[in-house]
Amino acid sequence: MRLERRDGERIDRSRAVSFTFAGWKITGFEGDTIASAAFAAGKRVFSRSFKYHRPRGLLCCSGHCPNCQMTVDGVPNVRVCTEPVREGAVVEGQNVRWSLDFDFMSLTDKVGGPFTPVGFYYRTFIRPRAAWPLYEKFLRSAAGLGALDPHAGHTRRYDTEHRRARVLVVGGGAAGRAAALDAAKAGPGVVLVDEDARNRDLELPGVEVLAPARALGIWEGGLVPVDADTVLYRFRAERIVVATGATEQPLVFPGNDLVGVMLPEGVRRLLRDYSIRPGERAIVVGSDDETLAIADELVDVGVEIAKVVDLRDVRPRELAAQGRKGRVRRLVLDGESYGCDLLVASGGWQPAYSLLAQAGARVEFDDSLGVFVPTELPDGVEAVGSVTGEGLSRIASEPAYQGKGKCFVCVCEDVTTKDMKRAIGEGFDSIELAKRYTTATMGPCQGKLCHLSSIRVYAEETRMFESAIGTTTARPPWAPVELGLLAGRDLTPTRRGSIHWRHEEAGATIQWAGPWMRPYAYGEHPEDEVRAVHESLGVIDVSTLGKLLVEGPEAVQLLERLYPNRFGDMKPGRIRYGVLTSDGGRIMDDGTIARLAEDLFYVTTTSTGADAVTAWFEWWNAVWGYDAEIVNVTGALAAVNLAGPRAREALGRLVEDPDDVSAEDFKYLDAHELEVAGVPTLALRIGFVGELGYELHFASPAGEHLWDALVAEGAVPFGLEPQRVLRLEKGHVIVGQDTDSESNLYSAGMSWLPKLDKDDFVGKFALEHFAQREEKELLVGFTMEEDVVPAEGAQIVVEGMPVGRVTSARRSDAVGRVIGLAWVPTDRSEPGTRVEIQVDRLRRGARITQGPFFDPAGERMRS
Amino acid sequence: MSFLLACPFCGPRPVDEYACFGEITKRPSDSPTLRELTEYVYFRDNVAGVQREWWQHRAGCGEWFLADRDTRTNEVLEVMLPDSRKSS
Repeated sequence: MRLERRDGERIDRSRAVSFTFAGWKITGFEGDTIASAAFAAGKRVFSRSFKYHRPRGLLCCSGHCPNCQMTVDGVPNVRVCTEPVREGAVVEGQNVRWSLDFDFMSLTDKVGGPFTPVGFYYRTFIRPRAAWPLYEKFLRSAAGLGALDPHAGHTRRYDTEHRRARVLVVGGGAAGRAAALDAAKAGPGVVLVDEDARNRDLELPGVEVLAPARALGIWEGGLVPVDADTVLYRFRAERIVVATGATEQPLVFPGNDLVGVMLPEGVRRLLRDYSIRPGERAIVVGSDDETLAIADELVDVGVEIAKVVDLRDVRPRELAAQGRKGRVRRLVLDGESYGCDLLVASGGWQPAYSLLAQAGARVEFDDSLGVFVPTELPDGVEAVGSVTGEGLSRIASEPAYQGKGKCFVCVCEDVTTKDMKRAIGEGFDSIELAKRYTTATMGPCQGKLCHLSSIRVYAEETRMFESAIGTTTARPPWAPVELGLLAGRDLTPTRRGSIHWRHEEAGATIQWAGPWMRPYAYGEHPEDEVRAVHESLGVIDVSTLGKLLVEGPEAVQLLERLYPNRFGDMKPGRIRYGVLTSDGGRIMDDGTIARLAEDLFYVTTTSTGADAVTAWFEWWNAVWGYDAEIVNVTGALAAVNLAGPRAREALGRLVEDPDDVSAEDFKYLDAHELEVAGVPTLALRIGFVGELGYELHFASPAGEHLWDALVAEGAVPFGLEPQRVLRLEKGHVIVGQDTDSESNLYSAGMSWLPKLDKDDFVGKFALEHFAQREEKELLVGFTMEEDVVPAEGAQIVVEGMPVGRVTSARRSDAVGRVIGLAWVPTDRSEPGTRVEIQVDRLRRGARITQGPFFDPAGERMRS
Repeated sequence: MSFLLACPFCGPRPVDEYACFGEITKRPSDSPTLRELTEYVYFRDNVAGVQREWWQHRAGCGEWFLADRDTRTNEVLEVMLPDSRKSS
């Protein structure tokens, strides 16, 4: 019932906005909320209750209560009383079978009452155990709130922003505004956040106003996350001023959830902001002047006042609302009946102290006011206005009134006074336990409207004082928040090398390799790429390798202490394989170390280990303080590995003098600076894939140019999968795949590597112990007797018992068998030992081997 | 954990920018017994109170430093550079 134009209304009558509400087309005005437009169009039922599916209408109109939660454009649990109208929005009811006005499940309210007492599902749905999934499915569909569409995907983008403020004021009421203005006098850096969308255009000189935005809590270290729809501000302030005010409490009486029973603040908003006459015949019940004053306001807009009940004067033994089809029709007061279609009832105001309690304030029951108030505020946190209890009237109402019908303490979770009493009777004799058992205060309003009532009802029933019962713990978040907002945007960057788009153009299958996108293979047949490397020439993009420069007068001392290898005797221009171990002697990472000059080393790490290795190097250097600097150049440099019998010949054509790459001048494990196709390059002669090969490192921007030049020389691009086959043929270990956090150099078959006669190095003490004991299991090679490829992780079975596991396995054309690496017990590690490997559901025979499967003497890569 | 931590170079920053490497350990000198080694590698005091820890400003300047942090309150009493860095 929209009224004539009124002063102060927030709607723009010249601009109509249409949307659908539970299938009905509704037209409201710009400035309306979905709820106000629907209410003006005669809609009264907005939701069905959690458990009993009772019809529920507008109650608080302030975004606190659960009554107007609906699904708006697919987003569930939107409180439509604060959601602005949007043209074309689709608003639907939730937790409903059939429709908002006729919900099939409301039978639980009519007949289920005696059978569905508090905690009934804990007791009822116990046997038989096999039916648990069935019960779960039924309960989930019968009770609850909105449903998420699991296939919806991301519809909104969320961001997180770190903010600093000198003073952060939470709450934009009179006290909050005054505090903000006062703080602004001392200088800039004052921010005020307020959850009320009506403060969107609020302007305060010198104050940044964020509205609608909701402070979700006060976390450790004074962190205040602020929900501003799609942005989560993480505020840190030197001073936090909490001006969250007080929340109007529902009166607890039978029938207090009927449609048409409203809080005064809700009525006031409909009337003042949206110029809606909220009813025809009203009754006002309350215990403070502000509530009772609403009667005059209603009379002004033509509402007939049937009765005003001032609970300070009368103490009714019976006070109950009754209705038809879930809508209020009359108030019964000590036997007298008064007709109405609007029942404005207030139980008083409770300070909204949650943020203060989270920050560490104590909460005490104030006997003179009859509410809980915060005391003993922590440093840096202040409270102003009614959140301190200031200006509030004493609560004069009874904890609960008697009468016929369900009397709700908690409308979110459908908890009645009867449920509370029953829980107490069953022995839940602390408020925290009673809360968990009844779930009162645990619904979407998070206790805003039921915390005080539940404690008062509890106190009355147990004949205790509220002050002795105390309160339940206030926990963040203060209001419901979308999970997407907490998750924020995924800020983990996808890494691609500078040659990446060439791989895409060549039709490579791209896969994740740690944080990197890398080519798996370029065609359907990775084995063709393997053959190209063995028979002529291949090239692989290895830009993802971690690359560090270690430079300084004491660089060599630093590396000597980080690695179990020896580096002091290395000549500039030579390369050594190195494995990093922890002080526990476990393998951490591997790579190559090239000495470029007396005081300059070039270190490569695994593709995923670059960041960890850099941090590891820097940490130890912070401990030891060597005169050496570590620079991570992983992203700055690209790298390719040119491998195959034709590698020398092809590279020779791209350098100025082919003699620079001759077998005599550029030996295996040499590092030379070369200009390749005009690009200054560091060339490392190493053989991860087992053929004559050169790993070329050069500035990233030249990536595509050099790649193209190598491909033009006939190099066949090969991906990760062919590389895995090639390295497996050589028995080369991939750290992290073939080794785990327990593996050490002895068990992984690299006992030749540690130099225990060296002075102290990381892992030395542990390796000294390992060197003297026998390892329980060893990493060995195996060949399958049949042409089947075991899965990575497949069990090694001996006499029916699982004793080991496969870490890598591939079919090798060069070897002519399926080959792999596996951990086996030491007593089964002799070459030639027969073991069985579980492949699918069958056990297949395999023989243990030692050393490389292909070219065991390494003649090809040294050629 | 959501406190602020002061990097010796960058000043107070959110803790998310840092990596914590745990309480400082005393590395044994020459050839420890297996028990001493195991103590050093695997065991930590895990005090409820102030402990000295290694931190790195990983998403910032990258510096490693030491901090005295109260593990009960996350209050950081002092941050300092390791001895190795003080002279330079």
